[in-house]
Amino acid sequence: MQNKAVISIKNLWAGYDSDTILEDVSFEMFQEDYVGLIGPNGGGKTTLIRVILGLVKPDRGTISVMGMEPYQGRKHIGYVPQFQVEDKQFPISVWDVVAMGRLRPSIFANFRMSSSDKQAIETALDQTGMLEFRNRTMNELSGGQRQRVYISRALVTEPKILLLDEPTSSVDSHSSTQLYDLLAKLNDHIAILLISHDLTAISTYVKTIGCVNRRLVYSGTKEITSDMLDIAYECPVDLVAHGLPHRVLPSHQEGHQHD
Amino acid sequence: MIEQLSTIFSYEFMRNALLASMWISLACGIVGTLVVLNRIVSLSGGIAHAAYGGVGLAYYLGQDPMLGALLFSTVSALVMGTAHRKSKTGADTLIGVMWSIGMAVGIIFISLTPGYKANLMSYLFGSILAVSSNDLKLMALIAFVVLAFVILSYRSLLAISYDETFSTVRNVQVNLIYLSMLVLIGLTVVVSMRMVGLILVIALLSIPPAVARVFLKDMRGIMLLSFILSAIFCALGLVISFLTNIQTGPVIILLASTAYLISLLVRQLLTAKRQ
Ligand SMILES: Nc1ncnc2c1ncn2[C@@H]1O[C@H](COP(=O)(O)OP(=O)(O)OP(=O)(O)O)[C@@H](O)[C@H]1O
Ligand SMILES: [Mg+2]
Repeated sequence: MQNKAVISIKNLWAGYDSDTILEDVSFEMFQEDYVGLIGPNGGGKTTLIRVILGLVKPDRGTISVMGMEPYQGRKHIGYVPQFQVEDKQFPISVWDVVAMGRLRPSIFANFRMSSSDKQAIETALDQTGMLEFRNRTMNELSGGQRQRVYISRALVTEPKILLLDEPTSSVDSHSSTQLYDLLAKLNDHIAILLISHDLTAISTYVKTIGCVNRRLVYSGTKEITSDMLDIAYECPVDLVAHGLPHRVLPSHQEGHQHD
Repeated sequence: MIEQLSTIFSYEFMRNALLASMWISLACGIVGTLVVLNRIVSLSGGIAHAAYGGVGLAYYLGQDPMLGALLFSTVSALVMGTAHRKSKTGADTLIGVMWSIGMAVGIIFISLTPGYKANLMSYLFGSILAVSSNDLKLMALIAFVVLAFVILSYRSLLAISYDETFSTVRNVQVNLIYLSMLVLIGLTVVVSMRMVGLILVIALLSIPPAVARVFLKDMRGIMLLSFILSAIFCALGLVISFLTNIQTGPVIILLASTAYLISLLVRQLLTAKRQ
């Protein structure tokens, strides 16, 4: 297997307007990776995902997705947003939401859906156990069911990379176990980047852990060392308490920076 | 009853009015659904009032007022729509400003224009009974363009209305679709203006979809039902207005508002029953 990064970020700075949110982030992810990202609220995890998706332009540094600019490479990304800022009353069915994952870019190219599109949508709904809800409207679903629909929508794009932003935050424990089993299976051929505040789940299922709080601490090793868990716990707890993110990190940063 | 109807529609101007209202209902039913679901009703109001500036300017320059209205509505639709996408709340002020500038410009140019101004009132209050065959053709054309666009790009439209971020990530042509939608709103507003008048256009765009979405949970269905409802309001309004000699536009709007109130009651009953 060729060892080419699916996501490659070098010395990246990014933020909103004049607010810098991410500082000097370097990160490489490979096809077989399953990375769990943790960090305090407001630490910049979602921002990092938005940068990878080309929704936020970096101020400095470089980023490539599948060796391309994010806006091109993102066609290989299946994206599950953190929570949907949506019109709760918007009249759309589960089926139509998942069908969004099969949209072709060109405006008139979505006139008809092919039978392979329909097949893929059915499979993706089945994978998250939402097939029986296909004809429901979104506003008739619970929060956890909606999240499973968004996971189906990401899967139906047949991604090479899955970006999941807290996909289990309102999913019950049975369904989240099912989801993690599914992710483990998918990891055979899909690289996964998973954001979660659920440290138990993270430490059980992912292969490597990173911690984001303005800076990214990521060693990229395949085992979860106690040292890394230290950082993981310390980072959210300490940093929130002291509100001085980058004061605390550098000592870890030195030890874990990889090049 | 049948006899009475056939008398009413033996007049050519009534037949034209009915036909025109069907085309307008078609365009407004579809575009109105997009307007309501994208929550840009106030933006449509802004477009309608900005168009009035175009009418005034066209009068002053001795051009076709329809042309002025089309130009102003399209430009204002693009400006306000772009602002709305940048910041959903920040666009509010801009919409208010363009709304009033449109009216002010319109009124100033009209008062600068010497001569008979009765025609102009038709842009404010509608003149469905004075529809010319050229107007009819234009309305049919725009209704057709709206219909064709929505049929061809339905999935893309649904996607950007529901989740713009995800559509962007899928590299859907979000900007193109959004701008096309805005231009269609502008066109439809100008066309409808002829019938129910500037002030009441917004009602015809927003009320039928608002009623329809109480009963249906599918954008396509809401579009179709909005068309049907709007056509019924218009046809009924024409007949009532003919019989009572009351202006057509206000009658149509009163009918639509009554239906809206009833639909609100129905929704109350539906949710109450569920509990
Ligand atoms: N659209 C935006 N405009 C301006 N600032 C933003 C925007 N989105 C996020 N921020 C700011 O960027 C910082 C990082 O936010 P981000 O959403 O990346 O955090 P996060 O790590 O995902 O947090 P959480 O665990 O709560 O999801 C926050 O301080 C937030 O206020
Ligand atoms: Mg987040």
